[in-house]
Amino acid sequence: MAKKLAVHNPGRKIFSSKIAAIVVWAVTIVWTIPTIGLLVTSFKTDKNILDQAWWTSLLHPSFTLASYKGVLFGDGTQSLSTGVLPYFVNSIVITLPATIFPIAIATMAAYALAWIRFRGSDFLFFSIFALQVVPLQMALIPLLLLFTGGAHIGSITIFPALGIAGKFAGIWLPHTMFALPLAIYLLHNFIAGLPRDLMEAAHVDGANHFTVFRRIVLPLSIPGIASIAIFQFLWVWNDLLVALTFASGTEEVAPLNNKLASLVGQYGSGYTQLSAGAFITIAIPLIVFFSLQRYFVRGLLAGSVK
Amino acid sequence: MSEFLSTNIPKFTSAFSAIAIFFIVFGVIFTIAGRANGRKARPIALVIFLGPALLLLLAGVVIPGIRTILFSFMNPDSNGWVGFANYKWMTQDPNVKIIMINTILWVLVVPLFTAALGLLLAVMLDRIKHESIPKSLLFMPMAISFVGASIIFKFVYEYNEPGDVQIGLLSAIVKFFGLTPSDWMLSKPLNTFLLMIIYVWTQMGFGMVILSAAIKGVPADIVEASALDGAHGWRLFRNITFPMVKGTFIVVLATGVVGALKVFDIVRTMTGGNFSTNVLANEMYSQTFVQFDQGKGSALAVVLFLLVAPILIYNIKSLRKERTH
Repeated sequence: MAKKLAVHNPGRKIFSSKIAAIVVWAVTIVWTIPTIGLLVTSFKTDKNILDQAWWTSLLHPSFTLASYKGVLFGDGTQSLSTGVLPYFVNSIVITLPATIFPIAIATMAAYALAWIRFRGSDFLFFSIFALQVVPLQMALIPLLLLFTGGAHIGSITIFPALGIAGKFAGIWLPHTMFALPLAIYLLHNFIAGLPRDLMEAAHVDGANHFTVFRRIVLPLSIPGIASIAIFQFLWVWNDLLVALTFASGTEEVAPLNNKLASLVGQYGSGYTQLSAGAFITIAIPLIVFFSLQRYFVRGLLAGSVK
Repeated sequence: MSEFLSTNIPKFTSAFSAIAIFFIVFGVIFTIAGRANGRKARPIALVIFLGPALLLLLAGVVIPGIRTILFSFMNPDSNGWVGFANYKWMTQDPNVKIIMINTILWVLVVPLFTAALGLLLAVMLDRIKHESIPKSLLFMPMAISFVGASIIFKFVYEYNEPGDVQIGLLSAIVKFFGLTPSDWMLSKPLNTFLLMIIYVWTQMGFGMVILSAAIKGVPADIVEASALDGAHGWRLFRNITFPMVKGTFIVVLATGVVGALKVFDIVRTMTGGNFSTNVLANEMYSQTFVQFDQGKGSALAVVLFLLVAPILIYNIKSLRKERTH
């Protein structure tokens, strides 16, 4: 209704719609060209990548999947001896638990903060919210030390070395920790808005908090949880800093993004195959983005607009 | 192939078993704790729901944060106090001066461009038909990692010797206009601005989408009433639309400032911080993990934190205000 009114309202015209359409489409084209350039480049032959511009290649098409084959399965050079497939696997193995763990833990915490009244719950909520803006960099060194050497006061060990540095658990854990402040805050917004009557009725019927959480809160929060999960998934998949710090760059655990960043400095085939490697890396986020865009936008809005 | 499977199937197994164990453990705890009733029921529920999150936040954010502050007053190996030496180094080292100037440039330029361009497009999108297609395409770079975006722009900024074919779009455009392209990543201070373009390219969609939602939320009757009063075009925007979305605009700006302060991946991937493009977050990483100086690395992290803090306080204040309404 509101939208309809606005459309018919000449006063809303800040720019005439014709100028607006031209500007929007012009910016859209400019914004999309770099990605198209990468896509075209990734299908060029090794030689063409270096001495033919991609827009020229479009006029004289001679495309090949050689770059993709080389980058996925290895091409025998030092930088790409085994290809990026193992790193692709690592990215999946890192991202799934690093999305599920923090979202599950944050949902429980958000429920407690919203629906189990206790003294100081507001203070606790704001403290957690405040932690959001502690930069990742503030925690990297001590956390790495904790994983490799444990925690000591003087010569007394108060926490043993976890021995998870350079293992998958050593990447899941930091991602889980760093995701919590924002995830709790966003989920709290969502869960606190569930109807009070429903909760009270359930408690009157004798349901305890665990039943209420599983039977009422979880099913009703699925849309909110989905949007935040997509966010976390993309954040972990696209992360470089946590991976660089905790994954040690090896084929055993390092994610795709990490490998890709290390290919940038290479020349020769490592360089020509960069475009295919980049496209493989961004393919999953783009698929997630285009298929779940609605949830993605909802997650964004929940975080920033009242 | 079989070798690939034998090394990679265990990876999947470890991920899925970790997830399974996680849910089994919580399932069991829920079942057992659900039996408790009476006075103890509420505290037990609290501990189970909140405990894991608080423990992880304490071990992963609070305590490490405090330790980083302590480390910033210690030597490279964090086993002896050095007072303010690491902070003094920051004020005296010529490289750090470049880093600080670059970081300030990032904070001044990037949020403003991201938010202003986002607002302009949001206003214009509101005026056109079929807005969903350009909106998706403009928003798409947000899903791409900074590393991926850097590689996309590496091909845009590619430079060859003047006699050769220019395969980079920027070089080709410059050549088309009869100018001589240069090795962009080596040309200071232009290179820093070229890196900023990558950031704006990925993040502009964020501002656009949330400002677009805010503009759609401006009540039509207010717009109508002011139109009857004769407000049109720019005046309508300045007097009605902008004041109504100002709060959101500031949120976009603040997000941009935090992002610009923390920028790391782009600089690391494109130049490694060389050629006078270094920034705070990248130097923090280099000092810690390349120079192995935990003292200087921690001090840089603390400075980063102190720069982000005012924005944090602003955000908390506006959230509190929102909550009391």
